Amino acid sequence: MNAEYRKDLFADERSDDFDIIGKPVIRQDILGHVTGRSKFYDDHAFDGLLHMRCVRSPHHHARIRSVDSSAAERQGGVVRVLGGRDVPVNTNTLLSLINFGRDDEPLLATDKVGYVGQPILAVVATSVRAAQEAVDAVKVDYEELPHVLDVEEALKPEAPIVNEEYPNNSFDYFDTYDHQKLRFGDVETAFSKADHIVEGEYQMSPIEQAPIETCGAIAAPETNDRITVHTSTQALFFSVGVTAKQLDVSSARLHFIGGTVGGGFGGKVDSHHEPLAALACLATGKPVKYMWDRAEEMQVGGPRGGERWRIKDGVMRDGRIIARAFTGFFDAGAYTRLSSYAVQKSTGHLPGPYSIPNVASNVYCVFTNRTPSTAMRGFGITAVDFAIERHMDKVARAVGMDPIELRILNAYRDGDMKAHRREAKNCALIESCQAVAQKTGWRLSADAARASSKSGGGVGALGVIPETVTDDEGRIGERRRSGLAPEPFSGQGTRGLLPEGHSSNNSSAFGNAPQREDMEAEIERLGFIGAAGVPPTPQGPMDETASSARPIAPSETAHTTHPAGARGGPSLPAAYTQRPASTINQPFAQPPAQAPGTPAAQQPAAAEAESESATTHFQRGVRRPGVSRFISGSRRR
Amino acid sequence: MAIHHGRGFASINYPIGMNLGGDPSQALVHSTPDGKFKVTLSSIDLGQGIKSVGRQLAAETLGVPVEDVFVDTADSDTGPHDMGSFASRGTHRMGNAIIRAATEARAQLLEAAAEELEVDASDLVTDGRGNIHVRGAPSRSISVEATATAAQFNQGRTLAGRGIFLVPLSEVDSVTGEMTPVSSFAHAALIIDLTVDDETGEVEVQNINSAYEVGRALNPRLVEQQLIGGAWMGVSHALYETTEPNYPERSHGPIDFNHYLQPGPGDTVPHHISVLERPAPDAPFGGKGPGEMCANPVLPAIANAVFNAVGVECDSLPITPEKVLRGIRANGGARPQGRPGA
Repeated sequence: MNAEYRKDLFADERSDDFDIIGKPVIRQDILGHVTGRSKFYDDHAFDGLLHMRCVRSPHHHARIRSVDSSAAERQGGVVRVLGGRDVPVNTNTLLSLINFGRDDEPLLATDKVGYVGQPILAVVATSVRAAQEAVDAVKVDYEELPHVLDVEEALKPEAPIVNEEYPNNSFDYFDTYDHQKLRFGDVETAFSKADHIVEGEYQMSPIEQAPIETCGAIAAPETNDRITVHTSTQALFFSVGVTAKQLDVSSARLHFIGGTVGGGFGGKVDSHHEPLAALACLATGKPVKYMWDRAEEMQVGGPRGGERWRIKDGVMRDGRIIARAFTGFFDAGAYTRLSSYAVQKSTGHLPGPYSIPNVASNVYCVFTNRTPSTAMRGFGITAVDFAIERHMDKVARAVGMDPIELRILNAYRDGDMKAHRREAKNCALIESCQAVAQKTGWRLSADAARASSKSGGGVGALGVIPETVTDDEGRIGERRRSGLAPEPFSGQGTRGLLPEGHSSNNSSAFGNAPQREDMEAEIERLGFIGAAGVPPTPQGPMDETASSARPIAPSETAHTTHPAGARGGPSLPAAYTQRPASTINQPFAQPPAQAPGTPAAQQPAAAEAESESATTHFQRGVRRPGVSRFISGSRRR
Repeated sequence: MAIHHGRGFASINYPIGMNLGGDPSQALVHSTPDGKFKVTLSSIDLGQGIKSVGRQLAAETLGVPVEDVFVDTADSDTGPHDMGSFASRGTHRMGNAIIRAATEARAQLLEAAAEELEVDASDLVTDGRGNIHVRGAPSRSISVEATATAAQFNQGRTLAGRGIFLVPLSEVDSVTGEMTPVSSFAHAALIIDLTVDDETGEVEVQNINSAYEVGRALNPRLVEQQLIGGAWMGVSHALYETTEPNYPERSHGPIDFNHYLQPGPGDTVPHHISVLERPAPDAPFGGKGPGEMCANPVLPAIANAVFNAVGVECDSLPITPEKVLRGIRANGGARPQGRPGA
């Protein structure tokens, strides 16, 4: 292993004159770690500590007819058996803390189970063994239900309903669509003008975060009617918020301690252990530990979910990609957890680090009868990067081009417009490609070796938000009613047209201003030099938005003035930008929150009433009952 | 039957910070009466080193030796709110909050020193070794320790600071997907050299060459630790790991490390890293946070190298010997593609 620091690159944007920054300072916690003395959550010892094990579903999908824990409760060492009815607020969704999505997951299942391993009862006993023996003595009478395990099967009309809160087996976006859309330019027309069409499908299986320390928490009574919780959480206040909500206790009574964790990789964000351990602590008045064993960590703990991505590219002979369409499926498992968020994160990432003037995607958060998936390192990005970079090699082959040169040709540069309608800045893909090619002796053409992220960007069609074709396909329930295909523009829905430069919001990517002047560091002390390195005025005019001062040329000019030399290739044919007005409707208005036409098909009456109340009562900025205000008061849809 | 060499490439970018923002982090900094600074957070140190990076950011901003700064995290009674350690947000969000808190504390420190030295605070600088002196006149100086003692016992002044960093929540457009996901992106490009045995289908990674652009390497050893470990995690993901080997069917799920395959220490290979630093304007000292992205380019680069070696398209993960062998057989034998970039 060795590392070199390419201080020569971007040296004009950086001062390296520091006392401590950039220095190999020894870790603050390293002595404790290497001598085995650092205290992790499980290193806190308590007299009379009780242990918890869960009764878990053996079925993918089943109704719970009855539960008989009487024999278990009589067994030696058993202190308490807890069920869903003992949890004050049993149903939750993790992202209710940022007001995103509806509560859909019970802490302990009561009437049905949606995956193998789902907890039904929590047994508290004086030892792990006593708890496990009591678990084995619980009798649950199940009525097995049909199940679905494949994401695309789950979207079909005949698929069983996995999660009653989302009876179409997909997360509801904006209370309107069953997927998250991305629409930029006009992929259909561009495909028809392309020299090559390259298609591919990519699949990532679930994997385990595999921390050395398994997830868990110890909850112990503290003086003054409080509970201390030692936890492996990756998000301390998420766990405080979830526990306060599900136990319906004031967070003033909760004292959470963590911060030294044996690896997380995303698997310790779900806040499942703290509420159960704290509930048992409240119920028994004793310290209680709930810790997964390795088998639970691997099969019950949320894995990185399976993802399926399909990519269709329209490519010109010279290697320029002029259109790219994605269809993506996140396998959420039986409940939402964080998959709804990952869908939006992946959408913001498309089409990868390349400037492509026409991009469309439909991405789905799909419910299946498997362990709910959750975050893992690279969440929302890893699988789509696998897909994109596999695909780039196929494109290179289709046009007979060197794979690195193809990337450099299509790489985004400072000033290019990204598909999520924000200007690219601070790019360094080209330099990264060049650096690795150089040191491995991978020969690049003179053009590719000369290219720079800092020049040639924002020119012509690649610098503007293009005129964009839109659609209203995939409204909630439509797919399950009609069997609509998942790809963008696959149905006969109404097309709309948004003018060049259209932007619906200008939210800042940069942080709030310091609340007092004396919290604002002097820029020169932070090591930025040169105009490109100067941080934006906090909360100042957001020049990354579409309404920036950068001139937006009329569409035809924009598409035809792309200089052949700057990017080593010709621009798109002008004809492709022309679209007969007669075939296009005016852009349709933003659908109302609950469109009158929202189909009720597949949606049980009760669920419909509930979803209606969700949209009418829980508007932006309005406090939702049971929702902690720890994280955000504004609603994310 | 033969061993085939393959070389594969991939390049990626990675969004830094929680997608769409709306994720605040707070930090508190205060001095003891002898000039040692405590940074109080509720960040989680998962091994990535946020305690150590936070300590460096605070010390550099304060202008005091790193040994005189200690980071305390995470206790909900004392540490102010933070969203959590995920989404490559720790260094970016908490780092900015720490810089703000330390900046305010530094202002108090310099004011207290100014009172002791009877000069204007704006004329004072720190030497990073525990002293404060008049700019251009190193002899007119006072130690940080003496300043803190004077502030506490004579002046009745706190040497403390608060910082919060919040990227406002971005909307997402339902029709176009317009959004402000993040403000800065890290980058990577990576070349894998490997061999494929066309008799067994086994893939053996031989060598990794990478270039990672991380904004600024705030602590080079921590960056290397992330990149080396993360890239190896990518190798493991590409070739070995899954909790559901028959996905989407759930059978034969592993429940321990005997059945959940991962490479061991004996399987590590040479990895030569080039670190590029293009500082991001809104990041602490420009640093972007390398933690999450480092595995991502490895997966497709391995798949691309397998294709290069034997001509088999591996589009589903993990790339098991079985899949490789089936692909070779379907093609009627290995089809080496020739060394790229030659």
